[in-house]
Amino acid sequence: MLGYILRRILAVIPVMIIVAVFVFLLLRLTPGDPAAIIAGDMATPAQLERIRTSLGLSEPLHIQFVTWVGLLLQGDLGTSLISNTPVTTMIGQRIWPTINIAVMTILLSVAIAVPMGVLAAWRHRTWADYAVMSFSVLGFSIPVFVIGYIFIQVFSIELRWLPVQGYAAPSDDFGRFLARAILPCLTLATIYVALIARMTRASMLEVLGEDYIRTARAKGVAERIVLFRHALRNAAVPIMTIIGTGFALLIGGVVVTESVFNIPGIGRLTVDAILARDYPVIQAMILLTSGLYVFINLLIDLSYTLFDPRIRY
Amino acid sequence: MQADPQPASRMQWLFGAIALPAGWRLGAGPIVAALVLVVIVASALLAPLIVPHDPMTMDAVQRLKGPSEMYPLGTDAYGRDVLSRVVTGGRISLLIGIGAAVVSVLIGLLIGLVSGFFRTADAIIMRIMDSLMAIPSILLAIALVALNGPSIWSVMAAITIPEIPRVVRLVRSVVLSAREEPYVEAAIALGSSMPKILWQHLMPNTLAPLTVQGTYICASAILTEAILSFLGAGVSTEIPTWGNIMAEGRVYFQLKPSLIFWPGLMLSLCILSINLLGDTARDVLDPRLKKREA
Amino acid sequence: MLFKTRTFDEAANVLTITDLTVRLAGNPAAKPILDGISLQIREGETVCLVGESGSGKSVTSLAVMGLLPKGALEVAGGRIDLEGRNLLEFSPQAMRDMRASKISMIFQEPMTALNPVMRVGAQIEEVLDTHAKLPAREKKARVLDIMNQVHLPDVERIYRSYPHQLSGGQRQRIMIAMALILEPKLLIADEPTTALDVTTQQQILSLIAELQEKHGTAVLFITHDMGVVAEIADTVHVMQLGKLVEHAPVEELLRRPREDYTRRLLKSVPSLTPRAARPVPEGAPVISVDGLQKIYGSHGVFRKTKETLAASEVSFAIPKGRTLGIVGESGSGKSTVARCVMRLIDPTDGSIRVAEKEIAKLSRRELRPFRRHIQIVFQDPFRSLNPRWTVGRSLIEGPLNLGTDKDAAMARARELMKLVGLPDDAVDRYPHQFSGGQRQRIAIARAIAMEPDVLVADEAVSALDVSVQAQVLELLDELQAKLGIAILFITHDLRVAAQICDEVVVMQHGRVVEHDAAEKVLADPKHPYTRALIEAAPGRAWDFANFRELRTA
Repeated sequence: MLGYILRRILAVIPVMIIVAVFVFLLLRLTPGDPAAIIAGDMATPAQLERIRTSLGLSEPLHIQFVTWVGLLLQGDLGTSLISNTPVTTMIGQRIWPTINIAVMTILLSVAIAVPMGVLAAWRHRTWADYAVMSFSVLGFSIPVFVIGYIFIQVFSIELRWLPVQGYAAPSDDFGRFLARAILPCLTLATIYVALIARMTRASMLEVLGEDYIRTARAKGVAERIVLFRHALRNAAVPIMTIIGTGFALLIGGVVVTESVFNIPGIGRLTVDAILARDYPVIQAMILLTSGLYVFINLLIDLSYTLFDPRIRY
Repeated sequence: MQADPQPASRMQWLFGAIALPAGWRLGAGPIVAALVLVVIVASALLAPLIVPHDPMTMDAVQRLKGPSEMYPLGTDAYGRDVLSRVVTGGRISLLIGIGAAVVSVLIGLLIGLVSGFFRTADAIIMRIMDSLMAIPSILLAIALVALNGPSIWSVMAAITIPEIPRVVRLVRSVVLSAREEPYVEAAIALGSSMPKILWQHLMPNTLAPLTVQGTYICASAILTEAILSFLGAGVSTEIPTWGNIMAEGRVYFQLKPSLIFWPGLMLSLCILSINLLGDTARDVLDPRLKKREA
Repeated sequence: MLFKTRTFDEAANVLTITDLTVRLAGNPAAKPILDGISLQIREGETVCLVGESGSGKSVTSLAVMGLLPKGALEVAGGRIDLEGRNLLEFSPQAMRDMRASKISMIFQEPMTALNPVMRVGAQIEEVLDTHAKLPAREKKARVLDIMNQVHLPDVERIYRSYPHQLSGGQRQRIMIAMALILEPKLLIADEPTTALDVTTQQQILSLIAELQEKHGTAVLFITHDMGVVAEIADTVHVMQLGKLVEHAPVEELLRRPREDYTRRLLKSVPSLTPRAARPVPEGAPVISVDGLQKIYGSHGVFRKTKETLAASEVSFAIPKGRTLGIVGESGSGKSTVARCVMRLIDPTDGSIRVAEKEIAKLSRRELRPFRRHIQIVFQDPFRSLNPRWTVGRSLIEGPLNLGTDKDAAMARARELMKLVGLPDDAVDRYPHQFSGGQRQRIAIARAIAMEPDVLVADEAVSALDVSVQAQVLELLDELQAKLGIAILFITHDLRVAAQICDEVVVMQHGRVVEHDAAEKVLADPKHPYTRALIEAAPGRAWDFANFRELRTA
C-alpha cells in the first residue's frame, strides 16, 4: 500500500522533468531567431536585445536550461515582457476566479454526469439511454464558446435573468458571484458532463454484465442497491480516470470561457499573453497547468485504493 | 455454432472477418449524419463554383446587413457575404480535421506498434507520451502556433501533435492484449519472424479501433481549429475558416449574433455527424460490445 | 454402495416445471432455446441436469431464478411452480423476495461470482439485510455460524477478507454459505465445481451433500460431467438442444440408458482404465528434457523480490510415436513445462533436446529453423486461430516460413483438412464459421503441416464437450499411428490421460512426484498425491462406456 503510493509519487518526477524539457525546447528549437519571433516583425534591434537578455537566449543551450530550472525550483517563473511584473505575481492576482469557477464546474459535472451515466446503462437501449447519449454527442460537437454565446443570448439577452458578463469575488458578495458564475460553469460543464456521462455508461454496462452482479440479483437484492453499491463502485476506476484526463479539456475550456464571459482569471491572462506574444507568461501557464494536471491525476491514482482493494501491490 | 459456408471475399482481408451482429441494421441517425456530411464536404469542395459572392470582397456600403435575397445570411462587418464565407470556410476546417486525423493516426500507429512490442523502447516512449498528455492540448497548440506563425501547416501540426499520445496508447493497449492471444503464440511456434507477426497478426487488430479513433480526432481537430482561431492563435485572419469567421463575429456579438451562430451551426452539424458516424463504427467494429450484447 | 438409492415417492414436490418454453426475445419464429421442459424436484432430492454446451441447462436454471437476461431471452410458455405457486406470475419484487430465502443459486466461476470490492462477510450479510431484519450482533453471529458450517477456517479473518485474498475453493464455500444462510427450499448449483481442481471438487461436492442432508434442501445440480452425476445424483435428466431426452433414477440411467443420445453421451466418457501398453519403439527419443527449471522472479525498487518456482528438476523423454502425459492440478507447473519446451518462455535452467539439437539456450532468432520440429495445440479453440485469417492462410503460415511454395502449401493444406476430417474447401472459410471441435481439428492440422517430430497438446481437449473430446482424442491417435509423431499431452483430467498416454508424469507444486508407465501410475500409484488425485476422480468405480461397474483385470 505504502509502496504503491510512493511509487506513484516518484513516477511523477520523470513526467514533470520531460514536461519542463518540452517547454524549454519549445521556444529554443523553433526555426529562426526566438527573440525575433517574440518581438514580431516591427521590432527594433534594441528591443530584440532586451528580449535576448531577459530570456538569457545568448547563452549556450545547456547553461540556459540549468539557469532556467534553477530559477524554476526557486519558484521564479520569469518576468513578463509586457508589464515587467514577475509572472508569479500576475498568476497570484488572477488565479482565484479560475479556481472558484473550475471547482464549481467539477462538482456540478460529477453530480450531474454520474447519475446520468448510471441511468443510461441501467435502462440500456431505452429512450433514457438514447437521451443521455444524444446529449453526450451534442456536448462533444458544439464549440465551448458557441455554447457560451447561446447561453448569453438566451438567459441574459432574451430572458434577462442573469448579467451578460463579468465577475465578482464570492467573498465580497456571494449572490453576485453566483449570478455571474452560473453561466460560465454551465458552459464549461457541458463537455465535461458529456465526457463523464459517456464513460460512466460504458463502464457500468461492462460491470453490469459481470457474474457478481448476477450473484447480487440472485440474492434478491433491490435493483437500487445492485446499481449503486455493487456496480458503481466496481465501475468507479475508469470514471475517476476520465475525470482526471478530462481535466485537460477543462483547462482548454477555461481559457475560452473566461474570454467569452470576461472573467479576470488565468485563462484571460493566457489569451492576453498570446496576443501580446508575452512568452514567459505562456511558458509559465503551460508549466502550471501541466503540473496541476499531473497533480490531480496523481490524487486520482491514489484514490483508486479507496475503490478497489486489489490495488495494493 | 457452424454458420452457412460462405467463401471469403477479398475485401475481408483488411478488416478480417467482421461478422455483423444478427439482425443488425443502421438506424436513421447514422444515415442522416452521413447525408449531412456528404452535403457539407461536397459544398466545401465545390465552394469556388457555387458560392454567390467572392468570400473576400469587401463592400463598405453593405456592412452588417440582415438576410436579403442578395445576401441570404446577411453580411459581416466588412460587407462580405456570410453564406459564401461559411461555405468556403469549411474547406480549411475540413482539411485541418482530416489532415490531423490521418497524420496523428499514422504516426501514432507506428510509435504504438514499436512501444507495444519492444519492452525497452516502451518504457521511454510511454514516459514521453505521458508528459505530452500532461500538457493541456489547447495550450500546447497555442504555444506552437504563437511560435511558428499562423500558417495552415503550423496550425495542423499544433493540433496533430497533442493527439498522437492518445493514438499511441490505444495502439499499444491493443497490441499488448493481442500478443497474449494463443494464435500469436502459435505464429511464434510456426517460426514467423517478429516483424511479420507485428504487421500481419497484431497490426490488423488496431485497424478497427483506429478507424473509430480517427473519426473522433477529425471531429476534435475541427473543434480545436475553431477554438484556436477564436483565441487569436489560429490560421491567419485573412483566410476564412469557421473559427476565423466566428472570431471576427465576436466583436459584434450583441449587435448581430448570427455572425457566430451560422458558422457555429455548420461546424456543430459537421462535428455532430462525424461523431455519430464514429459511434456507429464503434458499435459495429467493437467485438467486446458485440459480445456483451449478443 | 455405488449410487444413491433413496426413493422420493413419499416426499413432497418442491419445484415442478411444466412445459417450460424459452425463446429469443422478440423473435417468435426462431427455434426455442428451451422446448417444453418438464421436471420435478422433491424435498431432499438431488436432481442432476446433464447435457453438452448449448443444451439449455443453464437457461433452465436462470428461468427458475427469474434471471433470464432481459431483452435477450423470454419465457414463452409453461409454468414453474414452487410449493404450488407459479413463479412466472410473480411481480419483480415478489420474485426478489423468493431469491435466497426460498430458492438460491451458486455459479460456476467462484473467481468472478463474488464482488471484488466488498468484504466477503458483508456479502453474506447482505442476504440477511435484504430478507430478514436482524440486530447487528445477531447478524454477525449468524454469518459466522454459516461460515463455520461450510468449514471455512479462521472465520473471523475470512469474514473481513476480500475475495481475491481467498482460494477458489474458499470462494465457492462463501457462495454456498450465502446461498444456504436462509435455509432455502431449493438450491440450484450451476456447474459449481467445473472451475475447481479435482481434490477441491470432491470437498465441495461432499459439503453440498452434507448441508443438504442437514437442512433437507432440494438440489438442482447442473453439470456436464458424468462422473459427478454418478457421485451425487438421485435422479438424472438428460438434455439435448433445449429438450429433455430422458430421465431416470441414477443407477437406472447409467445401467440401462434407453435413448440413443444418452448412450452416445455415456460411451464418450473416457475410462479411467489405462490403454493397453504399446511396445517402446527402437531408436533415440525425439525429445528429451533434462533438469528443466523455471523460476519467475519479480524485481522492483519498492516491490518485495519474491521468486516463484514454477517448475523444477523436470526430466523426461519421449520416443517416436509415443505419448507422454503430464498430469497435475492448477499451479502444478504442467503448462509451464509445455511453454518452456516450446520456448514460448525461456527456461531458467536445464536442457531440452529436440531432433538431436539442444534448444534450451538458443536465441529466438537461432531457434526459428528448429521450430518446425516441435508444434503446439492450445486449449482454447476460439482464440488459437487468427479470426481475421482464412483457415487456409493460417495453415500455410508455417510452411511459407520454411520456404515452401505458396500453391504447394495450399494444396497440402487442402489435403490436411481431409486428413483431420474436414471438407477441403474449409481452407477458404473463417474460423468463426466452425464449431469448437472443428477449430481444434484445424489447429491440429496447422501443427501437422510443419511435419513436426513432437506435438505438444496443452489441455487441447479440455474446453470441448465430451463427445467432441472423444473424437479429437481419436484423431490424435490416428495421426500418431500414421505419422509417428511423439505427443506431449498436458492435462488435468486423469480420464483423458488414461485414454491416450503411454507414460504419465504427475506434477505437484512445480515438481515431478511420480513418473512411470500409465498403467502403473493409474492402477498402482506410489505417491500419496497421485493416490489422492485418483481417489478424488468422481465416478471412478463406474465404467460409463460399458454401462457397468469397473472391472479391474
